[in-house]
Amino acid sequence: MQKTETITTTRLPKWVLALLPLVLLIGLVAIFLAVNPLAVFTDAFPPLEELTIQRVRFPAAGQIELSVINGGPDPVTIAQVLVDDAYWQFAIEPTQTLDRLETATVALTYPWVKDEPLPITLITSTGITFGTEVEVAVESPPADSGTLLTYGLLGIYVGIIPVALGMLWYPFLRHIDRKWVNAILALTVGLLVFLFVDTLLEALEIAAEVPGVFQGVPLVIFGTLLTLGVLMAIGQRRGQRTPLSIATLIALGIGLHNFGEGLAIGAAFAAGAAALGSFLVIGFTLHNITEGVGIVAPLTKEKERPKLHVFVLLALLAGTPAILGTWIGGLAFSPFLAALFLSIGAGAILQVIWEVGKLLVNDARRSGQPAVSWLNFAGLTAGILVMYLTAFLVKF
Amino acid sequence: MKLEKIKSVSRRDFLKVGGVGVASLAGLTSLRGLSTAGTEAAHQSEHDHAEDHGAMGTVGQVDHEANGFTPMDLLYDFDYGEVKEENGRTVREWQVVAVDREFEIAPGIYFPGWLYGSQSSAASRRAGRIVGQCPGPTFRCVEGELLRLHFTNASSHPHTIHFHSIHAATMDGVPGVGPGMIQPGGSFTYEMEAAPFGCHLYHCHAIPLKRHIHKGLYGAFIVDPDPEKYSGEEKEIAKSRNHQYPENQDVNEMVMVMNGFDTNFDGDNEVYAANSIAFAYMNEPIQIRGDQKQRLYLVNITEFDPINSMHIHANFFDYYDHGTTLQPTLKTVDTIMQCQAQRGILEFSFAGFEPGRYMFHAHQSEFAELGWMGFFEVIE
Repeated sequence: MQKTETITTTRLPKWVLALLPLVLLIGLVAIFLAVNPLAVFTDAFPPLEELTIQRVRFPAAGQIELSVINGGPDPVTIAQVLVDDAYWQFAIEPTQTLDRLETATVALTYPWVKDEPLPITLITSTGITFGTEVEVAVESPPADSGTLLTYGLLGIYVGIIPVALGMLWYPFLRHIDRKWVNAILALTVGLLVFLFVDTLLEALEIAAEVPGVFQGVPLVIFGTLLTLGVLMAIGQRRGQRTPLSIATLIALGIGLHNFGEGLAIGAAFAAGAAALGSFLVIGFTLHNITEGVGIVAPLTKEKERPKLHVFVLLALLAGTPAILGTWIGGLAFSPFLAALFLSIGAGAILQVIWEVGKLLVNDARRSGQPAVSWLNFAGLTAGILVMYLTAFLVKF
Repeated sequence: MKLEKIKSVSRRDFLKVGGVGVASLAGLTSLRGLSTAGTEAAHQSEHDHAEDHGAMGTVGQVDHEANGFTPMDLLYDFDYGEVKEENGRTVREWQVVAVDREFEIAPGIYFPGWLYGSQSSAASRRAGRIVGQCPGPTFRCVEGELLRLHFTNASSHPHTIHFHSIHAATMDGVPGVGPGMIQPGGSFTYEMEAAPFGCHLYHCHAIPLKRHIHKGLYGAFIVDPDPEKYSGEEKEIAKSRNHQYPENQDVNEMVMVMNGFDTNFDGDNEVYAANSIAFAYMNEPIQIRGDQKQRLYLVNITEFDPINSMHIHANFFDYYDHGTTLQPTLKTVDTIMQCQAQRGILEFSFAGFEPGRYMFHAHQSEFAELGWMGFFEVIE
């Protein structure tokens, strides 16, 4: 009855009905723009200014380059630049007045001192200041093949090598008892939980540097949740997972995490925030070696040993993103993209935790054992502890 | 001292200032020609320097015309007010206004100030209306004269004028005493005898005091000694200090008020200067004749920092703290410091010096690089 009523009362075609609210909305916006009925609320306030120095580069000795974005609602005019509390002559491209979301490059000739901190402040036409503190001034890497090679090697050291080394435990894992394999899987869950927390915190930390308009924290939270949702939806379609597909997912999640790690390392080295030493590289190798164990642990459930190239591909999937990360972090770091990628990584890891956990629970159900046995719990704890303790070597 | 009845002065009277404007405009134009030439030369030398270290300083030029007052006005303009005789006594009167106005303190940086302006200042005479300036006009008089400052508050906040001089409690310009704070639209006449002679200061004493000072309500107040009261060598010195005597015309007299501006209101100055405009006398050096004696009235009103200082390069000077003595209180020094409201007179000469640029600045390097730095340019 309701249906017939609908049919009789509507004479207009459906598309008109669909468009009607939009047309009215456009009309309302047009009226607001033309008449400005809310002027009383805005006239009483000075313009809101918000500038972010996204990146400070030192292209050569005596040269500084700033990349600035206007994240506020109103245009902002950069009137002067202060370096270490002194007015300094500068050139700005393309223009001194930045519209909303417009970016500019400020170039200065300034005798900065290598290895020393350097505060830089922009002062706008209204006298509001926006500053940044360079922790250690060092020459920024130029974008040439030498830099790509150096940073690429760094990515290999912290990404591919430790993962590959960890995977070499596979033959050993195949020959141990089932309950010990489950303990190793629980250890994998532990290290994944650590990586999830670590990635999320890193993402939130970088989100704080993202200009307000991009809403860094919601970006990270929804990036994480939507990634988790997308991966879960894909998983539902395929039905039951094979151990290999779970290993692939783990490798992908860890790869995304390593991408974030590469970003952080590349940006830190390029900004002089961390010294590149053997100690640090060895630290990353130790820290990430567990990741290799995590990837191959589900493969022990395969009836046959997978072929060698499978292992190579898994190692590359988990390790190569670290190389990409160091390149991007070192040469074109953007807080917005870094926060976004890290949140995707966090979501991917969360999904893998779910998958490995399911594997453990199903296995326990088949054998009539509790999923959270003391042994499994010990494995989980060991995974978190190993990651936590080896992180001492690489946290700066 | 008798309390003067509050005079009602219509603002329109203030705004109608005689035809001096056109003549001074011509003067301003020639002055600007000079300033442009100086700026180009400065850029040339900076360019040479830029090869290795870049260049300290601001980019662009302050629009002094839009400000309504130039760095040279602030340096050289003495506001003598209007002089008349009353019962055989010299009376000196000024029409003073407090206004709200935004002005440019460094190229492209605008400060929302509260400023004093006077009908008899160079800037007001040129504009044909009262122009608020920072620092306020340099009021100059002679000891013993009767002074009347007809103050009108055209600002949106209550203000006062508080003089660093000897006067009655009701004339002190502080809240709660005498007329207290002069409300917006209100007026009051401050009356006092000019004493003691020296280099002094006036400022707004309305509360909150810190904000009222740092917004720009201050200026120099100079009381010349009366030579008739002294004898011998001191009489000659007093003549040189008194603007009414020809001996004073031989001296190049300048005023610098050391100030700062906290543009983001975080309790720390972003701009420091002598006479408000960052690097003004660096972009437009002060021309000094080698054969002329130099006298600089220096006042410190810098807010937020305990002290400020002045250092002159390659030369030494005699210093008269507060300017209340005819003999120097410090001889042969090249740096002096002043706490807030401290002031004094510097006397020096560049006789026999090689022509060229001689720097002066606060010897707090931070203040210097934030704008309080300039050049004396010694010419033949």
